[in-house]
Amino acid sequence: MTLATGKVGIICCSGEDLPEGTISRVATRLVLEKLRPDQTVTLCLPLFLAGGEDERAFARVFPTIAVDGCSKKCAEAGTRKFSGKPVATILVSEVMKKYPHLKAKSRERLEPQEMELATKVAEEIAKKVDEILCKTAKK
Amino acid sequence: MENHKVVIVPCSGIGKSLGTVGRVATYKVIERMKPKETRTVCLALLTMGDGDALKLVRENPCIAVDGCPAQCSKKNIEASMGKLVHNTIVTDVLRKNRSLKPEGVIELNDQGDKLAEIIAKDLSKKADEILRKGN
Repeated sequence: MTLATGKVGIICCSGEDLPEGTISRVATRLVLEKLRPDQTVTLCLPLFLAGGEDERAFARVFPTIAVDGCSKKCAEAGTRKFSGKPVATILVSEVMKKYPHLKAKSRERLEPQEMELATKVAEEIAKKVDEILCKTAKK
Repeated sequence: MENHKVVIVPCSGIGKSLGTVGRVATYKVIERMKPKETRTVCLALLTMGDGDALKLVRENPCIAVDGCPAQCSKKNIEASMGKLVHNTIVTDVLRKNRSLKPEGVIELNDQGDKLAEIIAKDLSKKADEILRKGN
């Protein structure tokens, strides 16, 4: 697979009140730090409101993947409202259905089983990054 | 939604370790130091104007914990017309504890955890003060 030289933006909800929010955050960082470090960038979601025009241009500059912990889909909705429509959304609660043996319980420090779940979510994000970059390269 | 709790809202800072320091400090307070007196809310829910999240921050005293001077948590609570009674910026606390070098976003190093502990103790005291005054 040939990847284009562009980058994909990843916006996660980081949901502070839910373990799935921490999973969304850790999965995003795993993609940025380990799986696709040269192909991805991120932005703190609340910066859309607190920041300026530069921050709000994010989803217009980069094709963006929203990573949400729960069905309220704050990352998807926030990105669409303040910046631009995300190209894709990954929902942690949906990924969890594929791996019923992996539970999310901790909000602060992830246990090994939760880290495994975050890795599964990260792999789905990375797959989506590749798809987006391939499509971009073909255009 | 419970009333009379102090709502501690860390920023969602994901770019640097200081966002994680604020987040970990918040969990130290709401899960271990003051679990009955404090709670948190997803900042993204506030940013999106969720009804329950708005009600919570408007009816309870709030503390913003921000990783950097962009102060996303403080600004989002204010924009939500929440009852902001105190705000902490991690970079200010770090300036007073220059020997600590926090690193890591996925997992904080020990020095980052020490900084989070310092902030958590301060937040815990502040929560007591706020509840004593009956804000």
